[in-house]
Amino acid sequence: MGFLHNLRDWLNDRIEWDDLIAPLREKTVPKHRLSYWYFLGGITLFLFIIQVLTGILLLLYYRPGENSAFESVQYIMTQVKFGWLIRSVHSWSANLMIFTAFAHMFSVLFLKAYRKPRELTWVSGVILLLLVMGFGFSGYLLPWNTLAFFATKVGTEITGQVPVIGRPMLIFLRGGEEVTGATLTRFFGFHVAVLPGIATMLIALHLLLVQRQGISVPPNVELAWKANPSAQRETKFFPNFLLRELMAWYVALGVLGALAAIFPWNLGTKADPFSPAPAGIKPEWYFLFMFQTLKLIPPKVWLIDGEVLGVVGFGLVALLWLLLPFFESSDPSRTKRWITGVGVFALAYIAGMSVYGHLAK
Amino acid sequence: MNNPSDRSLTPIPRRRLVELLLGSGFVATAAAFLYPLWQYLIPPKATDLGGDSVVAARVGELKPNSGKIFRFGDRPGLLIRTANGEYRAMSATCTHLSCTVQYRDDLHEVWCACHNGMYDLNGRNISGPPPRPLVAFEVQIRGDEVFVRRRREA
Repeated sequence: MGFLHNLRDWLNDRIEWDDLIAPLREKTVPKHRLSYWYFLGGITLFLFIIQVLTGILLLLYYRPGENSAFESVQYIMTQVKFGWLIRSVHSWSANLMIFTAFAHMFSVLFLKAYRKPRELTWVSGVILLLLVMGFGFSGYLLPWNTLAFFATKVGTEITGQVPVIGRPMLIFLRGGEEVTGATLTRFFGFHVAVLPGIATMLIALHLLLVQRQGISVPPNVELAWKANPSAQRETKFFPNFLLRELMAWYVALGVLGALAAIFPWNLGTKADPFSPAPAGIKPEWYFLFMFQTLKLIPPKVWLIDGEVLGVVGFGLVALLWLLLPFFESSDPSRTKRWITGVGVFALAYIAGMSVYGHLAK
Repeated sequence: MNNPSDRSLTPIPRRRLVELLLGSGFVATAAAFLYPLWQYLIPPKATDLGGDSVVAARVGELKPNSGKIFRFGDRPGLLIRTANGEYRAMSATCTHLSCTVQYRDDLHEVWCACHNGMYDLNGRNISGPPPRPLVAFEVQIRGDEVFVRRRREA
């Protein structure tokens, strides 16, 4: 204890440490029957940290390149001690992170936590979700296996459908006309440098906003507390809420470790650009709802190409989704019920299309 | 049991026990994570594909009083043809700080450019900083190939 006290005094003399952490001591978290949903964002952050750490570990052995990527991942999984576990944790954590990010977003939507003054927190969060999907898409190619190769071919082809800027974007993403080693080099750069840099800055902003504005109270709870101020409850952030959050992280770690060890991630076969696509090929589950939608749109709708219509449609929906808070009223008694309706529809649509896409031949 | 002073008689207070269990749980978790991590960080032993013997050159490739670097597994080796036509082979890794040495046809000696180390044609360190001789290899001529092999430790 003496050492910690000395360290604190030493830091206080130099950077006024106590002032720095004072807001955390003052901070409180509203306590009500829906408080548990507040953990989801933290768990997503925890899984992101796991991604950064295991990602750095994989970089110790991974070698990008058409003739070395698959071999190096194979080497990690067969020669390096616990390499299979590190890679499996990275893959599982990625999938869980995308899931918790979606769950976090929908919980924020249904608790109406995006209302004024938290519009920018929502906007930064939606952009982060898109980035996370970008992480998934770029990371998926890195082992250079058959599934990844064709997923990237199809995914970048869809990007190419965007009017006017589609074609240049496709060339930019692929590093040429086709998916080749050049694409792998680019995706590697996006995955380990560009996206982590942007994501880290956005996460910092996202957390800063949460810290500045405090945690939102759902409108019905807010109204109940206004009517009866003695019912209002809150927990201290430090240490009460933080310790509970850490317990949630601990549980997440347990689930992650168990999944990674019991269901290790496969490597598949090495990509061969001159072999036909395997039957029943599908994108990762988080792209499945879009993939299935594009499959259902007829090739020509009136004069417009079906694919183009789908891509432009998803783009517009994403834009409206990003701007959702600006349609909401800040008065807790006048919140827009149709926004909740849109949320329910979106959740049902994503879930339904994902299941449909999973079952469809 | 209702006497509050009984509590002080219990060997480990309840709170301490809970702390102990929780603490050892965390320590066990940390160990379960750090052990695989530590093992992962140690690179697996590279399989030396070089074997014990390698073709260093073809007969006639080297003129008298010249040398060449060849691959011996993961490391460079130095093959020398002396002025009177004899072949000599040795490790090309300087024993000082691991630079790659070369044959100097003007000095008839092996020279390391990094810190001016000198070895004779048997690999003995004769001047400069090298602390030990270069490991010498055996040379065999089979057909028109010059084979170099490690000396068997007797």
